[in-house]
Amino acid sequence: MPKAALKALEPIQVYSILEPDGSVDSELEPDLPDDKLQAMYRAMLLARRFDERLLNLQRQGRLGTFAPVTGQEAAQIGSIAAVDQDDWMAPSFRETAAAVWRGTPLDGLFIFIAGYNEGQAIPEDQNDLPICVPVGSQLPHAVGMAYALKVKRSDRLVITYFGDGATSEGDFHEALNFAGVFETPTIFMCQNNQWAISVPREKQTRAQSLAQKAAAYGFPGVKVDGNDVLAVYRATSEAVQRAREESLPTLIECETYRMGVHTTADDPTVYRDEEEVEEWRERDPLDRFRKYLKSRDLLSDDHHETLEEEVKNEIEEAWQSAQDQIEGFDDPTVIFDHMFQDPTKPIADQREAFEQAAKKEKTNG
Amino acid sequence: MAEGLTMVEALNLALAEEMRRDEKVLVMGEDVGVDGGIFRITKGLIDEFGEERVMDTPLAESGIIGTAIGMAFMGLRPVPEIQFSGFSYFAFHQIEGHAARMRWRSRGKYTVPMVVRMPYGGGVRALEHHSESREAYYAHTPGLRTVIPSGPRNACGLLKAAIRDPDPVIFLEPKAIYRAFREEVPEGQEPHALDQASVVREGSDLTVVAYGAMLHRALEAVQRLEDEDGATCDVIDLLTIAPLDYQTVEASVRKTGRAVVVTEAPLSYGPAAEIAARIGEGAFLKLEAPINRVTGWDIHMPFFSREQSYLPSVDRIVMAARETLSF
Repeated sequence: MPKAALKALEPIQVYSILEPDGSVDSELEPDLPDDKLQAMYRAMLLARRFDERLLNLQRQGRLGTFAPVTGQEAAQIGSIAAVDQDDWMAPSFRETAAAVWRGTPLDGLFIFIAGYNEGQAIPEDQNDLPICVPVGSQLPHAVGMAYALKVKRSDRLVITYFGDGATSEGDFHEALNFAGVFETPTIFMCQNNQWAISVPREKQTRAQSLAQKAAAYGFPGVKVDGNDVLAVYRATSEAVQRAREESLPTLIECETYRMGVHTTADDPTVYRDEEEVEEWRERDPLDRFRKYLKSRDLLSDDHHETLEEEVKNEIEEAWQSAQDQIEGFDDPTVIFDHMFQDPTKPIADQREAFEQAAKKEKTNG
Repeated sequence: MAEGLTMVEALNLALAEEMRRDEKVLVMGEDVGVDGGIFRITKGLIDEFGEERVMDTPLAESGIIGTAIGMAFMGLRPVPEIQFSGFSYFAFHQIEGHAARMRWRSRGKYTVPMVVRMPYGGGVRALEHHSESREAYYAHTPGLRTVIPSGPRNACGLLKAAIRDPDPVIFLEPKAIYRAFREEVPEGQEPHALDQASVVREGSDLTVVAYGAMLHRALEAVQRLEDEDGATCDVIDLLTIAPLDYQTVEASVRKTGRAVVVTEAPLSYGPAAEIAARIGEGAFLKLEAPINRVTGWDIHMPFFSREQSYLPSVDRIVMAARETLSF
């Protein structure tokens, strides 16, 4: 017999408020102003329509590879709407919905996906990091940023986004461990969309949940129906409170689904059944939220049509603006920009050599 | 007590003075707090600056560097220590993927004013992974500066400049000479520019380029050449290997017409190859002999009883120099 037993794992809280039919658990329903709920829905709709337009332009060969967000709008908007605009965000590469909420200009996103660095410029007053491609590697940054906020005696926090695949990376574990040891105000927002390209969630870990991994690092982990925008909002609000009042991190696992491709270079029919996709379609985050808003008289059919029109125009205007800007990108030497604050001698020399070569090519061309 | 400071003491002085000057500077790493670092570079700092700015971290290199990068985005100036350069590869993706790139990726919005300090190189009879010279990994990476001091005074000035630099600096400390000799290092020592090699000895027959611990073997070899052969040499201490101050190197070789490059790093694709190529491009018409490279071999650093067989010896440098002088 063991001499003593450690109670290692607290029960994992599971949040679910809004049912697929639009009915709601009124005890847990967050008390949100009407205009905020409407703004959240609009952002989700904008993200979805933007995704569709991106895919369409990518298939025409006018944009490069990108990672669609469709299916994950509630996980992103429910969480980002629960932090303040002054808080900080460290995204991965699939956070279009969260980025739109924060104010990232759509034309910039188009320019980025068209393959120009200029599209990665984040507006000066927006506290977001640029897109991070290597999976999970932004998590330690979020911890260091939160530590810096703590050192500055700020009450701001950092929210970082990643997927189920990232929880297998060393940086996930190192970041959570540092966050626990140094008690940083960091929210680790895991969008478990069930698939890391072709590898299903159960092949990432034998653990019953991803949320429980927080227990090993000494802070709470919770699990949420990630297609339920109200539940995500509530779970995040509690994590925000923990960060601000106790300077402690939280891991949130949002169970959601990547409805489309991993990126536009991927074909999911090779590795997953359409039936599974259909099951998740029944739980669509936008449908569910729309039913809820209708039941509260916050979104009429007419209003919805107007919204669709508005969103469409916003996207088309941004695409036009992106194309106009790209047409103006006529200085090829900008590839040497921003390597250092002041260019080093080798960079300056090489820029000059490139410029000379470009001129010669033009003359000889 | 002997006059002056060792490199260990000079680095400690630089850290303390920078932390007093700028409250945004902080040090972090394994054993850097209470223990003062395994080489004692951070000794006493925790007493003066407290554990918020002198952080004993969990044992995780990627966590250390990744967290430091996040701090740097927010305007702090972290100086993380990696215990031995051989363990820095755990954090290589953070250095290559983020520290070196974030200014560029974010179009100047986020920067990484971070100095990664790490002891490197052989000569201290250590275990496997504790003695390599792989500065080429860092020097080859766009967006980084790679600095290697050769003595207490320049170590102090270079570390100060690295801490004040707005971009990431890889600061490799040649541990073989951590305590090998003392030099006068004044309090308030001025920073040493991060793009300037130093001509430490002047002559007319040959240019010898070296840095770090190898500078001292090069100087010993050059003294022998003067004593035994009557040949005089320019000796260039690079101090910063990226960006390389090739103007100083080329100017010297245009004068002497001959060059020997000495590094601990393995031969192929190493820093000596880049230096030789620069000499070829910038001083070709003045060259009177092929450029000679005296470097580590393209093998793993042998276990310590044989490490001197790997490292360039004074004899090897003298032989190479004679070959070049008599070509």
